[in-house]
Amino acid sequence: MIRLLQIEFIKLWNNRISKILILSYFILLTSIALVAAIKFDIGPIKFHLAEQGIFNFPYIWHFTTYIAAFFKLFLAIVIVSMMANEYVNKTIKQNLIDGLSKKEFVLSKFLTVVSFALISTLFVFVVSLVLGLVYSDYNEPAIMLSDLEFIAAFFVKLVGFFTLCLFLGILVKRSAFALGFLILWMIVEQLLFGFLAWILASWDTAAAIKDLFPLQSMSNLIDEPFSRLNAVQSVAAQMGEKFALDYHVHWYEILIVLAWTAIFIYGSYALLRKRDL
Amino acid sequence: MTAVKNLSFTIEKGNVYGILGPNGSGKSTTLGIVLNVVNKTHGDFFWFDGHTSTHDALKKVGAIIERPNFYPYMTATQNLKLVCMIKEVSEEKIEEKLEIVGLLDRKDSKFRTYSLGMKQRLAIASALLNDPEILILDEPTNGLDPQGIHQIREIIKQIAAQGTTILLASHLLDEVEKVCSHVIILRKGEKLYSGRVDGMRASHGFFELKSDNPDHLKAYLERSASFGEVKLENGLVTAILKEEMDAAELNRSLVSQGIVLSHLVKRKESLEEQFLALTENQANPKTP
Repeated sequence: MIRLLQIEFIKLWNNRISKILILSYFILLTSIALVAAIKFDIGPIKFHLAEQGIFNFPYIWHFTTYIAAFFKLFLAIVIVSMMANEYVNKTIKQNLIDGLSKKEFVLSKFLTVVSFALISTLFVFVVSLVLGLVYSDYNEPAIMLSDLEFIAAFFVKLVGFFTLCLFLGILVKRSAFALGFLILWMIVEQLLFGFLAWILASWDTAAAIKDLFPLQSMSNLIDEPFSRLNAVQSVAAQMGEKFALDYHVHWYEILIVLAWTAIFIYGSYALLRKRDL
Repeated sequence: MTAVKNLSFTIEKGNVYGILGPNGSGKSTTLGIVLNVVNKTHGDFFWFDGHTSTHDALKKVGAIIERPNFYPYMTATQNLKLVCMIKEVSEEKIEEKLEIVGLLDRKDSKFRTYSLGMKQRLAIASALLNDPEILILDEPTNGLDPQGIHQIREIIKQIAAQGTTILLASHLLDEVEKVCSHVIILRKGEKLYSGRVDGMRASHGFFELKSDNPDHLKAYLERSASFGEVKLENGLVTAILKEEMDAAELNRSLVSQGIVLSHLVKRKESLEEQFLALTENQANPKTP
């Protein structure tokens, strides 16, 4: 396992563009901390974002994982191209001739992707912890460590998304086209949703089915955190609206994403086994 | 579309085998199947004693297929380190193998800066890293200039001299003739010939003769038991030998018959002509 990771590390780390993208990704993850510095001071209006409660435990787990998930696109580019480049340079053929089995090949890519997700999760955890310790109004361990489900959901979400990228890289074999395909897939999920609603004549059933789609299921894992903010809640209350949002991470949401992960990995392996190189 | 059918052959340790065939005759497909990058529809193949899985066998084999494939953004040494890790061998042989193919002074240059000849030599160095029992080379001189071709052939001979079994696919006859001890000839995926290279040109050659009276000469040769087919074209008589005979002996017997020659050449059929003859016969079966 270490050997497979090392092989992939050599391939990635010697590629300048991959190296730059990976480094900027982790720098961006850390830069979430900079949100704390957002301050408006315009005459009578004083606004300091850090004092709006976004860094309060346990809310911060929800907030940072939600924001950090946007940066995953950086790694998506790296992952799609690390797969597609093997086809473009035909190095996949040479790897297999040199004695890497097809299973080992897919496994080395999957392990890399899992490591990416693991390191990202660790980063987000540490950044959130530090921000929370500095700005949170509550520092009791019981409160601090509640809602850690978001960290787990973040990990699962990244693994799911990255394996999708791997699969697209193998399927399309060209990084630019694979990324285009990813965007196309996003649109297709929405179109399919509209189409289902029209066929079934019910938005609720269509939405329930849509929750099973790969990208939708990944985004379901972490709901948007903004309507949980006190400020937003109180504004809504004044307007006579009341949000009753279920923002928790559900076990079945995790299960759906894990199922997709398994399908994508098996699909990549099946494609590789079926194809002549 | 069938690229290879009913092909079977065995290779033995210590020999240099050539797979010879025109472009598209199934050489690369055959090698692709045993190297596990092309899926077979029927049949089986075994490595070594037959008890080694293909995955394990490939670690004892060195192979390069068609074009050299490496990571363009990595240096020769980095690429070879990666290969060592895949083959699970130690990295200490890298310099030694680079030395063999003459790339030691360029070991820290990126692969994409290499010329085709250098890329091909790096591929050979990479195939040698695990001191393979069998070295498989698919068209190793394809697209190279004469100097590059010469370098590669010298390297192959040097490796063969150390007792490594080599399987070389090529569409170039003289390459096989110069490098190999055994040959398998393919045409449209079918085996035409398999055996020793010198066995393939077992013929005794032929005479080209001219005389003032060609008809008389032809008649005499046809009566002789030493000759098979005798042809007369534009005054030039071509007589194919059925047994060994040297030119002086023929000349002597002709003079004793009162036939004086103005032209006498003894020729061995070239491998090329034989190869073409072999593939030709299969293409257009002779009608009776």
